[in-house]
Amino acid sequence: MRAGKTMAEQAKNGKNQEPLVVGRLHKSFGSQKVLNGVDLSVARGETVVVLGRSGTGKSVLLKLLVGLQQPDSGSIRIHGQDIGGLGMDQLNEVRKKIGFLFQQAALYDSLTVEQNVEFPLVRHTTLSDAERGKKARDLLASLGMEKDLNKMPSDISGGMQKRVGLARALALDPDILLFDEPTSGLDPITAAEIGQLIVKLKKERNLTSVVVTHDVHGAKSFADRMVLLRDGKVVIDGTFVQLEKSPDPFVVQFLKDAA
Amino acid sequence: MLIDLLQATKSGIVSFFEWFGELGLFCGQVVRAAFGAPWEGRELVRQMDSIGSKSFPLVALAGAATGVVLSLQTRESLTRFGAKAMLPAVIVFSLIKESGPVITGLIVSGRVGAGIGAELGSMRVTEQIDAMEVSAVNPYKFLASTRVLACLLMLPLLTLAADASGIFLGWISTTLSHPMTLRLFLHNGLRDATLNDFLPPICKTAVFGLIIGFVSCFQGMRTRGGTEGVGRSATSSVVLSSLFIILADVILVRFIQVVFPS
Repeated sequence: MRAGKTMAEQAKNGKNQEPLVVGRLHKSFGSQKVLNGVDLSVARGETVVVLGRSGTGKSVLLKLLVGLQQPDSGSIRIHGQDIGGLGMDQLNEVRKKIGFLFQQAALYDSLTVEQNVEFPLVRHTTLSDAERGKKARDLLASLGMEKDLNKMPSDISGGMQKRVGLARALALDPDILLFDEPTSGLDPITAAEIGQLIVKLKKERNLTSVVVTHDVHGAKSFADRMVLLRDGKVVIDGTFVQLEKSPDPFVVQFLKDAA
Repeated sequence: MLIDLLQATKSGIVSFFEWFGELGLFCGQVVRAAFGAPWEGRELVRQMDSIGSKSFPLVALAGAATGVVLSLQTRESLTRFGAKAMLPAVIVFSLIKESGPVITGLIVSGRVGAGIGAELGSMRVTEQIDAMEVSAVNPYKFLASTRVLACLLMLPLLTLAADASGIFLGWISTTLSHPMTLRLFLHNGLRDATLNDFLPPICKTAVFGLIIGFVSCFQGMRTRGGTEGVGRSATSSVVLSSLFIILADVILVRFIQVVFPS
């Protein structure tokens, strides 16, 4: 009873708090320490880019944020609600407010493009078939995918798969969006288009976003802040200009290598 | 050398029990997920079609081949012992009590077990199962419980199909050498049969269905290591399902003899 009340209070208070706050997050796999005390907070409508070399725990951080993996210690607060102690039903309620674009889009192979976008709507809304179809088609049209509704994921390109993945992530009207390497494996033009989509979504929906990428220069177009990870710790947290001016040898080397 | 051997044996035993423990937890999660809304009826029907309808031709063919072989092989032996008139009963009883259920179980474990292991394995390594969880959809319910339930429901029906095609082709094979009507063949075959001869072996295949469903879903959903891992999951799904079906058959045959005496 007390726990339920506390969670309701947390949720109520959360409306006035930063949508996403991570404190002293630690995560290891066996003897390998992946995250070693990461702190991060993202304000409403802000886009934060998480940078770092491969294997520094960027994707693990995203998976921790949606409860796909459990941290060894530390806290993750979504709209003021600590997701650490939540049961599956409560965690699922939190997940409905978060959209996630996976690195390879992770579209369901056995469903068409339209059915992929409808998938969360079927299970979490009371919309009729016609309303669901309209919403899915509108979302796909807003991302330039209106001509490929009946295609299977295997029949469309990587860039198109990312757009469909994005439409699916937006289906439940989340207020937080997480992107795992949204431009990896794409040609420069398609990567730039995905970047423009992130900017467009931010403007139109005032979404709070966390983008994991190693493409520093591509991220400049949509990042409000950049966070650079090294050995599971935040090396620098600031704007791109602040990163450029940083005297830290690792930051200098990272930007030089990325150029 | 000896210490290495002992350590390898110890770690093998620990892994063996760990696997069973994890399988038990997985089964518990699937069963819990199965009893609660949403019911995923559309996905269940899709799985029943994939597991049942699409296995039908292979199972019917295997049943037919078994019927023919039983007819050819046993005719000679029965003739030698002057019991040729027993041929229809031998074919019918062999098929219904043992050959039909076991052949159906093994064939479905090969076709469906490999399919489930590979499909769920590939969904795991391409993060489709993660995507499902992030969409607040329980994969134990949507992916596993529907497949397990479809296996449970389809195996008895497929067994009936294997039995029917085996008996029919057994009659054709018999009647080619010693003409007799299908009616007479069935009359001779079923004359001494009781419900206890038919029902328990059919129900036994529901257990085979559970084995195929649980083991294949478990192996698929715990896949690690990219495409190589998917291949391993597909293979291990078939091998383990087949192994457990054979073991379960031994136990269930004795159980049926005790609980449902003829």
